[in-house]
Amino acid sequence: MKISIGAVVIGGTSINYKTGGWRDEKPIIHVELCKACGLCEMVCPDSAVHVVNKVYIIDYDYCKGCGLCAYECPTKAIEMISEEK
Amino acid sequence: MNQVKVIEGSEAVALAVRACRPQVISAYPISPQTHIVEWLAKMVADGELDSEFVNVESEFSAASVISGASAAGSRAYTASSSQGLLLMTEVLYASAGMRLPFVITGVNRAISVPISIQIDQQDTISLRDSGVIQFYVESSQEAYDTHIAAFKIAEDPGILLPVMVCMDGWILTHSYERVSMMEQKEVDRFLPPFQPIHFLDVNNPKTWGSHTEADVLMEFKYAVHGAMQNGKERMKEIFSELANMTGRNYGGLIEAYRTEDAEIILVAIGSLAGTIKEAVDELRSNNERVGLVKIRCYRPFPHEDIWDAIKGAKIVLVTEADFSMGSEGAVGMDLKSKLCGRPNSPHVVDFITGLGGREVNKRTIYQIVQKGQEVLASGGYLPEPYWVDLNRNILP
Repeated sequence: MKISIGAVVIGGTSINYKTGGWRDEKPIIHVELCKACGLCEMVCPDSAVHVVNKVYIIDYDYCKGCGLCAYECPTKAIEMISEEK
Repeated sequence: MNQVKVIEGSEAVALAVRACRPQVISAYPISPQTHIVEWLAKMVADGELDSEFVNVESEFSAASVISGASAAGSRAYTASSSQGLLLMTEVLYASAGMRLPFVITGVNRAISVPISIQIDQQDTISLRDSGVIQFYVESSQEAYDTHIAAFKIAEDPGILLPVMVCMDGWILTHSYERVSMMEQKEVDRFLPPFQPIHFLDVNNPKTWGSHTEADVLMEFKYAVHGAMQNGKERMKEIFSELANMTGRNYGGLIEAYRTEDAEIILVAIGSLAGTIKEAVDELRSNNERVGLVKIRCYRPFPHEDIWDAIKGAKIVLVTEADFSMGSEGAVGMDLKSKLCGRPNSPHVVDFITGLGGREVNKRTIYQIVQKGQEVLASGGYLPEPYWVDLNRNILP
């Protein structure tokens, strides 16, 4: 792929740019505690939380491990665990 | 018929800018640049120029406004001086990276401390690494013509970079000179409306200056350098096209003045070149083989053209009103770095003159030439720059 003049790109190029490798800590959703309120999806700065069949899942290709979802989760259903290297 | 008037240098710049029909102008006052944007404000208020005139709260914003306007596809312009230009620095680097072709007038003034509103070129020289193309002019007429060429050069699809036209404060901006102006239809023929490749559009969103990692940043930076280097020939064509319309030819990226058979060649940028030309004429009338290379385009540095002009000389005397603390003047450094390793290249000595508006007159130039002759007689090597007229008695 050639670089663009002025680093001008159309939207969506970050799809090709996987940032999961930046993570120190990894969020785990305990589904039995999850009330499906959607707060985690709303606060995720990387749009890395998705709903699949009414269950919230995290896309580890893009999750940078910031922990916002775990901090905001009202039922403490999200736990940050150390990333195994 | 071209109109000829005796006008203030700042008005000449404003008239050139008006003729280029910028759609957005941002303005923040700082001496000695202020008159330029005042003239433009009057033109907009009087209905002579249809442009969005934005009064901003700092030079950082002045640069940001034209950066955004340019990204939106507008032809955009501002002017500043000294600390104001330094405050723009971050935006100018970013704008060059985003390849936004706006034009800025950099009205040369010393940089604080000590604070001074007098001239030197430290301000614009400090921006030499930013990716902004820099032209320096000798007269108000050259300022007028260079601004018109500047928009075309900036917007050339092979170049696409911001252009700064640098002119000495007070000496050029506030003095009255005879200036010949182009007809509007001629300027319109020379400079068609800006046709951006990309522009901000809510229906077709794009990102400007997107994030990169180590795998491509070098290539982006090299592309800016390449646009400058490859743009040299295009710039000469554009200058020549304009010269054919106006009948005024300043040379290309440099002007070589009486350099044929010269043993001693002075190198200068800005209005000082006019003084040096007079000194060269007088020295020539005494059969001294002296010439001048006026650098019109400082970034990209036209070392190939300079080499062609100076290769026959014995010594090259750079006179400049800027200094890189702990090293030497920027133009001297540039020239030495490009000559280093060339077989039979002339010696280069760097003279620091005119900082903070200290007068540089013909006597100063004779003093520099004499010093050059002394250096040449003693082997041609002077490792440290020579500070002309420095009063060592008052140093602490």
